[in-house]
Amino acid sequence: MRPLVAGGHVDPQAPVDYIKPNDRLTSLERLEIYSRSYWYRLLDSLYEDFPGLRAILGQRAFERLANAYLTERPSASWTLRNLGSRLEEWLRRNPTFAGGRLALALDMICLEWAHIEAFDGKEETVLGPEDLLELGPGLRIGLQPHIRLIELRYPVDNLRVKVNAASEEHGTASNAVLRRKAGGLVRRIHRMPPEHIFLAVHRLDFMVYYRRLDADEFRLLAALGKAVPVGKAMEAALEDSPVPVEDLRRRVETWFAAWAEMGWLCRRS
Amino acid sequence: MAHALVRAPQLYRKQVPANRFNGFTDYGIGVGLRIPHYRHILEKKPVVSWFEIISENYMVDGGRPLAILDQILEQYRVVQHGVSMYFGSAEPHNRDHLRRLKDLVKRTKTPWVTDHLCWGSVDGRYTHDLLPMPYTFEAAKLTARKVREARSFLEVPIAVENVSSYAEFHESEMTEWEFLNEVVERADCGILLDVNNIYVSSRNHSFDPYDYLNSVPAERVAQIHIAGHSKFTKYILDTHDHPVIDPVWKLYQHALRRVGPTATVLEWDDRIPSFEEVHAEARKAEKYFAAPAAMPEPMPVAP
Repeated sequence: MRPLVAGGHVDPQAPVDYIKPNDRLTSLERLEIYSRSYWYRLLDSLYEDFPGLRAILGQRAFERLANAYLTERPSASWTLRNLGSRLEEWLRRNPTFAGGRLALALDMICLEWAHIEAFDGKEETVLGPEDLLELGPGLRIGLQPHIRLIELRYPVDNLRVKVNAASEEHGTASNAVLRRKAGGLVRRIHRMPPEHIFLAVHRLDFMVYYRRLDADEFRLLAALGKAVPVGKAMEAALEDSPVPVEDLRRRVETWFAAWAEMGWLCRRS
Repeated sequence: MAHALVRAPQLYRKQVPANRFNGFTDYGIGVGLRIPHYRHILEKKPVVSWFEIISENYMVDGGRPLAILDQILEQYRVVQHGVSMYFGSAEPHNRDHLRRLKDLVKRTKTPWVTDHLCWGSVDGRYTHDLLPMPYTFEAAKLTARKVREARSFLEVPIAVENVSSYAEFHESEMTEWEFLNEVVERADCGILLDVNNIYVSSRNHSFDPYDYLNSVPAERVAQIHIAGHSKFTKYILDTHDHPVIDPVWKLYQHALRRVGPTATVLEWDDRIPSFEEVHAEARKAEKYFAAPAAMPEPMPVAP
């Protein structure tokens, strides 16, 4: 089936004789009012949700990608919040839309979707430092549902923070300053070397933060997130760790204390 | 086009704003709660009779939206206005949407819930728009059934809002106001009467907005919306980004004469000015609200 509209333009051959013309507008022109509004609304939503991807691809390539994505994956949710939920999967199938920066673009999409989920994800009752006193190998600890653990090939967390800062500056700096800064950002993206990072995207006091993790810390958190008892989670996550056991024990204590402090842990029923 | 304003005495009901469609409440002039105003409202605590919230903005699992809402609820009365129920879509209600909406109803204790008389989804795909319906008896029947189903599930009165539109269908068997009446009678639900939408549609489709207003069953009006819009060469767009224009105030005055001083909200959704400015615009309704019958006769508005 051929889509009636794409990118804000109604197919001039599309049959629209079910719409009445009036003394000022043809049937097609009346339909186009809705078509333009539809594309404006959805593109604007993706534009707001994926500023980092926009910075990587550039404005025109981002618009091409967004148009193609929305044509192939129209919204399947009652809320625009979920509009980008299938973008990563779609881009993997359509890599040419990322130009030569597929891995970087995929990493950024992964981060920006995690950001959305961390912003309004559920929060269970926090397990604080005092609750950890009863910590035993059989205790089941869960991770707060809003926390997303992601493994990335590029340090896109830093890039996203810079994009945010540039965007916040937009209201205060002159155009010349902004152009210079945007140019610097683009050059930084072009030169960005790969870096294997482990990241927790989490919420604290209603703000979303990115926290880099040690590889062992990442694996342990991932195991806890699956509601595995603490003892088994440690076995599964840390058995291949190159870190000496004594050092590892101290690290684990530090990690748990930090996680409890940040409200990352909750009790699993 | 010449305008004949019908003024039969039976058009005016006794001015009792509370009715079963707004939970027998007596709310005054409210303001649409918008994100740029959060800080001002929470810090300055302005005197506002009530806030209307967009339900979908708070149908999330957690985080800042719900935390802010809880703070607002500590100090203000809130009524829920939705944009995604799509009573006119042919497919069944989205159960996830309804469940989340009901959770929010419990949280806000809203006396009534509103959404639009429109469609917006097909085969599980969502347009996120308020699309006009073909005004047919079949569509009215289906829409009314979905309103009843939603009310039964949510256990709160529902009022449907007339939308602004830019297209009409050949298939329509009646006028928009006849369709509205058909739906609300079949569903036995309330009406959220958007007088700006009536004005916008009247200009886009060349009908007399007073014919529309005069046909609305006054006893079913639970709430009223007022807003600004944008005028283009060939049509008017319902943009909610300007103050209310005089012809819309006149329609509002006429509506109040018919339905009594009914809970009213000013909507401002784009190029949003300061809270004070929005609130001041909303409060202009007070002069009509206080004594609608004592105000001078509204001037006719040529479509």
